[in-house]
Formats: sequence, C-alpha cells, structure tokens
Amino acid sequence: MSGAAREFIVARFGDERHVVDAVRAVRERGLRVFDVYAPYPVHGLDEAMALRRSRLPWATLAGGCSGFVAAIAFQYYAAVVSWNLNVGGKPDNSMLAFIPIAFEITVLGAGLATAAAFLARSGLRPAIRARTVDLSATDDAFVVALRCRQTAFDRNLVERLLFEHGAQTVAWKVLDL
Amino acid sequence: MSSTAIPSLRPVPASRPSARPVAGDAGDAALREITDDVMRPLVTRPGAGWWACFAASTIALTIGVAMVAYEIATGIGVWGLNRTVGWAFDITNFVFWIGIGHAGTLISAILLLLRQRWRTAISRSAEAMTIFAVMCAALFPLIHMGRPWLAFWVMPYPNSRGPLWVNFRSPLLWDVFAINTYLTISLVFWYLGMIPDFATMRDRTDAPVRRFAYSVLSLGWNGSARTWSRYETATTLLAGLATPLVISVHSIVSMDFATSVLPGWHTTLFPPYFVAGAVFSGFGMVMTLLIIVRAVMHLERYITAAHLEAMGKIMLLTGSIVGFAYATELFNAWYSHNVYERYAFLNRLAGPYAWCFWIMVGCNALAPQVLWLRRARRSVPLLFVLSILVNVGMWFERFVIIVTSLHRSYLPSSWTMYRPTIVEVGTLAGSFGLFFTCFLLFIRVLPMIAMWEIKAGAGRAAERRA
Repeated sequence: MSGAAREFIVARFGDERHVVDAVRAVRERGLRVFDVYAPYPVHGLDEAMALRRSRLPWATLAGGCSGFVAAIAFQYYAAVVSWNLNVGGKPDNSMLAFIPIAFEITVLGAGLATAAAFLARSGLRPAIRARTVDLSATDDAFVVALRCRQTAFDRNLVERLLFEHGAQTVAWKVLDL
Repeated sequence: MSSTAIPSLRPVPASRPSARPVAGDAGDAALREITDDVMRPLVTRPGAGWWACFAASTIALTIGVAMVAYEIATGIGVWGLNRTVGWAFDITNFVFWIGIGHAGTLISAILLLLRQRWRTAISRSAEAMTIFAVMCAALFPLIHMGRPWLAFWVMPYPNSRGPLWVNFRSPLLWDVFAINTYLTISLVFWYLGMIPDFATMRDRTDAPVRRFAYSVLSLGWNGSARTWSRYETATTLLAGLATPLVISVHSIVSMDFATSVLPGWHTTLFPPYFVAGAVFSGFGMVMTLLIIVRAVMHLERYITAAHLEAMGKIMLLTGSIVGFAYATELFNAWYSHNVYERYAFLNRLAGPYAWCFWIMVGCNALAPQVLWLRRARRSVPLLFVLSILVNVGMWFERFVIIVTSLHRSYLPSSWTMYRPTIVEVGTLAGSFGLFFTCFLLFIRVLPMIAMWEIKAGAGRAAERRA
C-alpha cells in the first residue's frame, strides 16, 4: 500500500452512519473504497467495505500450540533427560505437575503471537511516519479515501454521491499512503 | 470543525442523576469534547490535590527504599521471621498485591467479553493498576530472597552447575511463570489498547517532544478501518486469553499454600476462594483509586455514580463469595474430625491472632452487605469508606491464613508468635508508595480514560437514539 504519491478523493464525514451509507453507495456504483479512517471501530463498516474476516485467530492458535509443546518438551527434557533430581521421591516424569507451567507458556505464546501478528499485518511499527489522510480522523471525523484511477471513475459523480450521503467536505488530494 | 451531525451538546451537570449505568454514559459529549476532556490532565499543570497525593506517595516510597536497602545490606534477619514462622509479612503483601491486580484484568478482559459497556470509562486505569500492583507484588519474593541480584536463578537457564534445572514440580516455580506471563500479557493488552489514543494525542499535540514520543508510541496508527477491524479481533483474542490466565494466576498462588500439608492450608477450596478474594480486593482498590481520581482530576462526567454503583454490586457479590468461603472452611474443619484442622480454625477464631480474624470477617464478609441497599451503592463517601475497609480486610485475610496456620501447627514445642518489625511495616508502606507514585505519574502522562472506547460508546448511543 505504500509507495509513490497517488491521487485520492478524500471525503470527511461527521457521523458514523453517513460513512457507512456512503461507503455502501460508492461500492454499489462499482467503485472500490481505498480505506476509511475513523476515531473508533464503526459498526457495520466491515460489512459495507466487505472486509474479510481476520485470520488472526490462526496466529493465536499457532502461538499457543508452539508454547504448549515447547513448555512440555523443555520440562520433560530438564526433569527426565538432562538432570533427573529426586525431589521427595516423586517420579522424574511428573507430567501432571508440568501442566501449570505449560498452560502459562501456552497463554504467553498465544498472546505474544496475536499481538505480533496484528502489528505486522497492520504495518504498525515504531517511528514510522503515520500515513495520515486527515488529522481529525483520529479525533472526531470519519474519512473516506477513494483512489482516483479506477475504471468507471467519474469525479463529478463520485463527489455528488459523497455529498448526497452526508459528506461535509470532499477534497482532491495527492497522498503518499 | 464542529459538525451538525454530532449529537447535541447539552450542558452536563457535574454529577448526573442518570438512573442506569448505561454506556457510553458520555453519550451526549461530542467526540472532540471527549478528546479535550481526556487530554486535559496531560497538558495542563497538576493541581494542589495531585501534588499533595504525589508528595505523600513519594515519601512512602522513600521510606520503602530505605527499608529495603537496609534489609538487603544487613540480611533478612531484620524481619521478624523465625524458625516456625518463615513466611509472614512479605508473602502476605505479595498475595495482597497480586490480588489487587486481578480486578484490572477482570474489568478489561472478562467484562469486555461479557459486553458490559460501563467498563469503558474505568478499564484503562484498572489495567494500569494491574501492572503497578503486579510490580509491587513481584518486589516481595525478590527481596525475600535476600540476594536479589541472583533473582535470575529462578529461571531455568543453561548454567555451569550441571546444568541443574529448577524444580518444575514446585508451585513456587509455577508462580514465577504465572506472574511473569501475567505481567507480560497485561502490558501487551494495556499498550495495544492505548495505541489509538496515542495517535489521537500525536495529531493534537504541537509540543515537539511530546509529539515525538506519541509518534513513536502510536506506531504510525492512522485510524484505518482495515486496522480497526483486525484490532477488534486482536483485543477480543487477548481478552479471551487473559480470562483463563487471571484465574490460573491466583489459583497457582493459592497452590503455594494448598499443596503443603499444613492445617488450614491443605484444602481444595483454596483456588476458587483465592480468585474470588482477589477480584474482591481488586475492586476495592479500583474503587478507592477512582473515587480519588475523579475528584482530583475532575472526571466526574466520565466516571459516574452509575459506574461506582456497578462496581459496588461486584464488591457485594465477591464479598459474599468470600464470606461463604470462610464459612465453608470452618464447616470443613469441624466436619473433617481432624484434630489439627479443628485446632487451626479454633486458633483463628479465638487464639492470639483472633483480632485479625475478626477484622477480616467484619471488613470482607459483613461490611459489604450494606451494599444491598441502593442508597448505599450510590453514596460516594460510603463507597470510599467501604473500599478502604475491603483493602484492610483483604490484607488481614492473607495475614490470617499465613501466620495463624504457621505459628501453631503440628508440633506444640515449635509454637511461637510472630511480630512484624519496623522494617517490614516500612517495606509495606513503601510498596503503597511505589504503587501510588506510579499511578499518579500514569494519570499525568498517559490517557487514563480510553478515548476511542468512550467515543465508540457515544457514537453508538447516538445511533440508537436515531
């Protein structure tokens, strides 16, 4: 999504319902919405933009499974293979007693994997220049951005469509998103 | 850029007489106003109230630092421990602080999964409280080791002693993993929750240093709907993970006691009993903190009487569970026909530490019963007093469990008394100092109310009205 500067139509809305309507209308005309920027997750926008269900749960599952296997394997190795220590006559392989730590490491692995996958997939990393379309999108406005070079793109039609659906301003911007 | 579409800007009185704890209680504050209100404490100079609290906290912290320095320089002989009572004040404080943290996770994770919208106003500060409380808790095992610079010995790492590994069968080691996992996941959850707010502050700040800090912390967040969609999935997943985690943490803490053979400790009741107690004490502390903070930082509009009432209900529930657990313990001791078990509880009820036991019963099981009355739940001064009582009572609960069981166990010739020294009391004061200093700094440098969650609540309230 990054790269050279490109042309966008940027429409600003003051109400979340208008945004959802506008996105739906734009998409019904066969146009693609580049992205919508909002100060909070807007209900119904996922459906309106036809966003795919996130696959993050798979990262959680993978992290959790790796954590569990690693914890059980390491405890077995340490207690049975590497140095078996007789503690109160308990068996070397006290598998039941290994479960609590395995559980904790499962949660740890799953949690860290979820967070890491989320940040990586969303391109969030420290000291990055924010690809901001409109500063008020993190404050009180809802911003719809459309790529200008699309088939069936008619600037007047799009502007009218956006205003009809409650846009406060519609601007033509060259952005490096 | 005041928009016409944003819900009306009705003036809101300081304490709204709203009846239900519905959400987005700030439903009539416009979005930009929410940003301004939440950011105000971060950009204005603190008032006298904040400075007074901060001075008191840093004094307590200084006392604590001095006591810990003395203890480390001299050895743990400066504590009142003896051969019979080898665990007392420090472990009491450890369990106490870990318990405090649990309400934060309950509010941020479990209430999120249960879609309790009133949590949004208090979730951020409750999560911060969790982190600071876990830090305070971790301090006590660390200094109890006597040589804290060797604390890394509790981790299994390849060493030149064999390698001799740690004992994975010991609940004390489970504790190490549980606490560290809990701290890590809580930090991740807290930080992820703040990223959108950091972006808001980045886009609203002109001061270069702050702007740079918020830019780094916000990781380039721009409010993209695609990111928001993933973000909701990620936070739900983390909440789902934190829920069993928080239950496991205090269950494992209780196993430090329950897996031993000591009368009064050796019981299967401990894990649920400890978890309920932890949530109870945590809500007590959240209540104490928020009642102070909303007054000092003038956030009565966001942290409303309805929020306090909801927390009061949870305190009533968990306090009653704890009271029921006390009764169950007593019943089981009698029903077991075990002389040692019976004596342990008789000693709690009427022995030399009976006053601690009765403080515990009075503060934890009896006092919260007043919350059955709606008027009591809506009285801020009463809730404040109750929250302090809960904190005191829950500290004494841990003291009673630990010390009364240890000081008179199987062998009467070993029976003895335990009395804390000034060093132990000073260290406890220092942990409160650390906790409150961290919290006071937190409300000055980080957004203590989750702006984006409040905005979402306000937006959806407007949608429902429409």
